Amino acid sequence: MERIKAIIIKEWREVFKNKFVLFTVSFLPLMITALPLGILYFAAGSEDFGGVTAADLPPQFSSLCGDLGGGDCMLYYIVTQFILLFMMVPVIVPMTIASYSIVGEKTTRTLEPLLVTPVSTLEILVGKGLAGVIPAVLTTWIGYLLYAAGAHILVDNPAVVGKLFDPLWMTAIFVVGPLLSIMGVSIAVMISSRVNDPRVAEQISGIFVLPIVGLFIGQTTGFILVNQQFILWMAGVLLVLDIILFYFAIQIFQRETILSRWK
Amino acid sequence: MMNKEPIIHTINLSRSFGDILAVDRISLSINPGEVFGFLGPNGAGKTTTIRMLAALLEPTSGEAFVSGFQVGKEDQKIRRNIGLLPEAPGLYDALTAEQNLAFYGAMYGVEEISRQIKRYLELLGLWNRRYEPVATFSKGMRQKLAIARALLHEPDVLFLDEPTSGLDPQAAKLVREFIGELKGEGRTIILCTHNLEEADRLCDRVAVMNGHLLALDSPKVLRRNIFGRKVVFHLTEIKSEFEQALRSFEFVTEVQVVENKILVSIDDPETNNPILVRTLVEQGAEIQFVGELRRRLEDVYLELMQSSQGSNNGKN
Repeated sequence: MERIKAIIIKEWREVFKNKFVLFTVSFLPLMITALPLGILYFAAGSEDFGGVTAADLPPQFSSLCGDLGGGDCMLYYIVTQFILLFMMVPVIVPMTIASYSIVGEKTTRTLEPLLVTPVSTLEILVGKGLAGVIPAVLTTWIGYLLYAAGAHILVDNPAVVGKLFDPLWMTAIFVVGPLLSIMGVSIAVMISSRVNDPRVAEQISGIFVLPIVGLFIGQTTGFILVNQQFILWMAGVLLVLDIILFYFAIQIFQRETILSRWK
Repeated sequence: MMNKEPIIHTINLSRSFGDILAVDRISLSINPGEVFGFLGPNGAGKTTTIRMLAALLEPTSGEAFVSGFQVGKEDQKIRRNIGLLPEAPGLYDALTAEQNLAFYGAMYGVEEISRQIKRYLELLGLWNRRYEPVATFSKGMRQKLAIARALLHEPDVLFLDEPTSGLDPQAAKLVREFIGELKGEGRTIILCTHNLEEADRLCDRVAVMNGHLLALDSPKVLRRNIFGRKVVFHLTEIKSEFEQALRSFEFVTEVQVVENKILVSIDDPETNNPILVRTLVEQGAEIQFVGELRRRLEDVYLELMQSSQGSNNGKN
């Protein structure tokens, strides 16, 4: 445990001195929190929602609104549209940190002295992984809580804001978020083994954010309904994916492989 | 009393990368407290051998034991007992000297880490720079810090891969002196170097390799085995009878005359030199100096490489 703790602290000391990483880690959650709050500010002030009825909304969605009236359901619709954006933070942030951490170790040739110590491959990967996952998950949660606090101020009906804390979105933020982070780290480890520039590793890893963007678009356009069942399925699939990806990340991160094949 | 069990022992140790045989059946034993050098050209398998002994690479075939633990089977135990200075120091630039060592102290599970950090930073003259980021350090300072890192957990065996490579003469001298001090402490040091003068000065024994072992012994014995021993007589004047008189002895294997010097090849100069000096004086020679012709380890190395290439060409 001491070794994992030392690796996490070392990673943070190193990686957060990089201005680009610091910018990504702080700017993305800030933007994802501020943007929907801005839209919500204008939407909540609009008088047009007064005339909205349940019939004006997609039937699948109005079923999620429960007792909320047409206007409030519309606001809830807007409020929840952006929650999926928060899912991008736990993927992008650890990918950035892990890419810089692993490719950085490759280019500065710091891996060999590390691998000659009694630290195990699992300890290295868990340490490096947590160094990416912890800030990602924390910024996601803090961003979400700030968003909920902002929504509470901007939206009159507490029932609308209360919906942000129903099991659906709690599972999404507190279960799916960390699972996405682990996926991000595992992907970054695998890609980092093949490239020598952290920016390239980050860009390639970025492709894996596309499914979440697709989910956001799908939900906005009404093609996908993100309900409790969908989120539970997503959590289940991610759990299996994380186990598979982390297994491959460990295989790629073997001492022999790093020294003889990582170029 | 020194323990005579070898601290490193290899039996037909080999390693291939695909079709390339990097290390070919190396068998050797290294004693505790010995400074042992691996010499050879680039691609000779020196670093691969060190990496196998440091439990970083598994042998393709053969066996190796370090501190009594078998490579490939007891790697974690080996890692606790060795320190490695790789070819590149591999330090974390954004961290201070102290943070770098503290991190590695945690990796090795060093108990009194602050005391150990202080000890080695003071020994290597870096204590006053301990709070400065490594990015601001010179190459020599980095190398010294990397040596401190390799010693932090007091390993039985210290592997140094090109410890003075790329250093300015002053920094290289400091590093060499420090290795000399470690030798004085009785540590086992495995040195991998291209600097033959350095190997000659520091190593008790050297292994010259080019994929496989070409020779293994002390620099002195290697010199003697390859070139024999030669005594040089500096005379004021050379006469043909001097040469003839020297050739008359059975123990003299060769006599050469170069300018005002006579070079005599003999196996045992300590016993035979007085006889030769007396003979020359009796012949009327005026001797200015007498000494042994010093062959450098570089000459031995080049000779071995040449014969190795010759035998390879012969095979082809």
